Order: sequence, then C-alpha cells, then structure tokens
Amino acid sequence: MLHLILFLFFGAVCVAGAINLLVQSHPINSALSLITVMAALAAEYLLLGAEFVAAVQVIVYAGAIMVLFVITIMLLNAGAEERTKGSRIAILIGVPGVLIGAVLVAWTLLYRGHTQAVPIGAEPGSPQAIARLLFHDFLLPFEITSVLILIAIMGAVVLASRPEPAAHRPAKPDEREARELAASGKEH
Amino acid sequence: MPHRNKLSITTFIIISLIKSVAVIGVLLTAVAYSVWLERKVSARIQNRWGPTRVGPFGLLQPLADGAKFIFKEDLTQPHVYKPLYIAAPMIAMVFAITSISVIPFGNWVELGPWGTYFQITDLNIGLLVVLGITSMGVYGVALAGWASNNKYSLLGGLRASAQMISYEVSLGLSLVGVLIMSGSLSLRAIVDNQGGTFLHFIPRWNVFHGQTLAFFIYLISAYAETNRTPFDLPEAESELVAGYHTEYSAMKFAMFFMAEYANMVTVACLATLLFLGGWHGPIFGPPILQALMPVFWFCIKVFFFMFLYVWVRWTLPRFRYDQLMAFGWKILLPLAVLNIVITALLVALRAQYPGFLGFL
Repeated sequence: MLHLILFLFFGAVCVAGAINLLVQSHPINSALSLITVMAALAAEYLLLGAEFVAAVQVIVYAGAIMVLFVITIMLLNAGAEERTKGSRIAILIGVPGVLIGAVLVAWTLLYRGHTQAVPIGAEPGSPQAIARLLFHDFLLPFEITSVLILIAIMGAVVLASRPEPAAHRPAKPDEREARELAASGKEH
Repeated sequence: MPHRNKLSITTFIIISLIKSVAVIGVLLTAVAYSVWLERKVSARIQNRWGPTRVGPFGLLQPLADGAKFIFKEDLTQPHVYKPLYIAAPMIAMVFAITSISVIPFGNWVELGPWGTYFQITDLNIGLLVVLGITSMGVYGVALAGWASNNKYSLLGGLRASAQMISYEVSLGLSLVGVLIMSGSLSLRAIVDNQGGTFLHFIPRWNVFHGQTLAFFIYLISAYAETNRTPFDLPEAESELVAGYHTEYSAMKFAMFFMAEYANMVTVACLATLLFLGGWHGPIFGPPILQALMPVFWFCIKVFFFMFLYVWVRWTLPRFRYDQLMAFGWKILLPLAVLNIVITALLVALRAQYPGFLGFL
C-alpha cells in the first residue's frame, strides 16, 4: 500500500519535472527540473529494491553529469528563450499521434498485457550481485564500453584543441579595407 | 552481531525522532564551536589571543556571532536572479547537514526494553549515500555564483565547482581500497572490521592495516572538496577579487559559512570511521560509562581532524588554480588507482593462498 503511494508520488514528481523541463524558457530552470527528474528516478530505483543503482544514479547523473550541464549553461550565458509561433505541421500530426499512441498503449496494457507482480528483493540488487554481473559474467562488454568512452574523451580533446583552420581569413578583409582606405586617401 | 528489536512502529518513530533531533542539535553546536576552535587555534598559531572577551576563553563568541548574523541587514540585490539566489544557500546547507544521518557514533545501547544503535539509520549502502550527498553539494556553490549576476562571482563559483568535481574522483577512489578490505558499503560494518589489535597494542585501524596511502589521498582530496587551504582559491578570491558568496549578506552568508563547517565535520567523521577505527578504543568502567565511552573516542578523533584542518590552514600557502587541477588529475588520481590495484592484489592473493602474509 505504502509502496504504491510512494511509487505514484515519485512518478508524479518525475513526470512533473519532465513537463516543466519542456515548458520553462530559461535553460537553467530546465536543467534544475532535469535534476529533480533524476532524483525521482533514483527514488523509483530504491522502490524496486536496486539500492546500488539508485545511489550511483544520484552520484553520477544528478551529481556529475547535471553539474556539467549547469556549468555549460553558465559558461555560455544562455538567456531565456524567446517564444516562437511553433510549426503547424507538428500540431497537426503530433496531437492526434499522441492520442492514438496513448489509446493503443492503454488498450494493450488493459486487455493484452499478462504481467505478474514480482516481490521486491526477488531480483538481486546488492552491490555484490551487480559486481558479479559486471566483472564476472559480462566482463568483456564492460571493458569494451570503457574503451568506447575513452575514444569519446580523446575525440573531445582533439576537437577542443584543434587550431582555427581559417587562420589567414581575417587578414583578407583587412587588406581589402586597407587598399580601399589607401585608394580613397589618394583621391582626397 | 546485528541487533534487531521487535519495536512497534510508533516506538521506532519516536526513537528515530529523538535521535534525529539530538544528532542535528549536536551537529549544529559542533559547527558553531568549530568556528570558535578555528579562531582560537589560528590566533595561537599567529601568536595572539583570539576571542577572549565574550565568556570564559571566548566560549560564548559563537552565540554573539549568531546574534550578529540575525540582526544584520539582509540585503537582496535587485540585479540577482531571485529564485536561485535565495535557494543556493539552502541547497548548500541541506546537503551539508544531511550526510550526518548515516554516520555511526557508537555501539548498540539499551535502555530497558528499547535498544538502538548510536546512529540515525544504518543503510547497507551508507558510504555511497555520503558520496552522493557530497556530489550534490556542488550545486550550492555553482548556483550561488551564477545567480549573483556578477562576473567575479560567476568565475569564482565555476572555479570552485570545477575543483570540487575534480577532487571527488580521487576521493571516491581512495575509499575503494577500504571497501575492498571491508567487503561492505555499510559504515557500521567497515568500523566493526577494524576492531582488535596487532601485537596487543597497535590497533587494527585501516590506516595501520595497509591503507596509509589511501588515508593521505583521502585527506588531501577532502581538503580540496571542502574548499579549505591549501585549496581555498574560492575563498581567497574573496580577498583578492570576489568569491561566489560575495553578494550574500547576513543569514544567507551564515548559511554558506555553516555549510562549509558542516562539510568539514562530515569529512572528519568519515575519516575516523574509515581509517581511524571509528569508536574503537579502550573501554572500562561501569556499564553506563561503557555505553558512552565509544562515543567519547569517536568525538576525540573527530576533534583531532578538525584541529588538523585548522592547523594545515595556517601552515601551508595556497595552490594556484592550475597547480591545483594538475595535482588532482595527474598525481592524486593515478596514486588512488595504484592503491586500489595493490590492495586488490593483496586481498586476492590472501584469498587464494591463505597463509600468504598471514601476519597482516
């Protein structure tokens, strides 16, 4: 009973945060809404009995990745977005599409979904169980994912440190302006 | 070993409430008096007196400071981004105080039919919770710097948050060695693992039991994490240019101040639990004293770490920002990984060959 109440509460917080993320015009408010979505997800993981995943979600997602988002928004000095008119095609196709999708999902879940409730704790969520999966059963995919992230980091470093390709460009307009000035000076 | 009561729900809630109120009260008093400690110790290091007027040895100085902060004019600049300007000190304060809820102070204590641990709650991922709360504490600094709408505050806040997230990595990695040796993330289990002695007088604390390098890496990373000298560029910028709390006055500034000292207390508590054996120490005397002695030993060790914080602050000069970042990424991180590798190797070898280095 309490489990259902908590699930609905954190689910509502999650959905409200996600909708707020889309509705807010200032990016910093959107980033803070995303942080609440991450925190609500961590609470949902706790309700599923996956305590390690919940803690890591807070540490990695809400505590490091979102900090990166917030720092980027601050460095770019992104201001509030301006409201534009919105495309008519998106509304024409989007709203009926969402309605049809919601009806399909609801019908499938009500009349075709044969799911059973699983008690909390049936699946192992302790750090020991996850460690056994990561470092024993799925070691090769884990290591390959680390190499993938390393390649991404190297790519980011290379892109960030590449010197400007058009280093000589700015001189040309100056040369043209200098010639024009010299020509106009000669006229006077 | 783990004690479990058959407590009713209401008794459990009442006991938890009492524990929470007591622990928060003690923590806030400790935060206020750590300010007194800092002023006194720094004064003595600099060959002067420190607070002496307000009460004996200046012991009522924190009360006077609190009264000053309450009565000071609370300015809110017109050019700041108000929601985050007001929320940032709250965020910093909340995350600084929350991590005390999983820190164990002592053993099981019983009073008649009721028994409880000297801990608000014993989670089996307690250490991860503390690390998570520390990671979230970066937001207080970053949002304060940005919401102040002041380019110096923004730069100070960004620098401080970059420093904090850089040293979080080596902080977490230095604790992995302790985890490998203890086999559990629960703080109580880690401390229980450090009971007993070598040779009857050297205690089996983790700092003597192979994690010396991890201890020093943890201390250095924690000093950087809490923005204390020699890593206090975000605060020094208040003297040089301006820091992230330059636009704050009165109670909001007091909240940042208290959050910093509360973070220091948390770091000191973690260091005693993970490396100095927590509440283990010689226990003697009548039963009531035996129940309270562990808490006394815990407090002595935490006091030692607070003293060390102030001592280091007034002894070492501060790092330049690029030196600070280079030190964190290029020196501490490889050393922490090296510590993990060596610890894991030794533990695995001992598991494989039971007699290997049996004296350790």
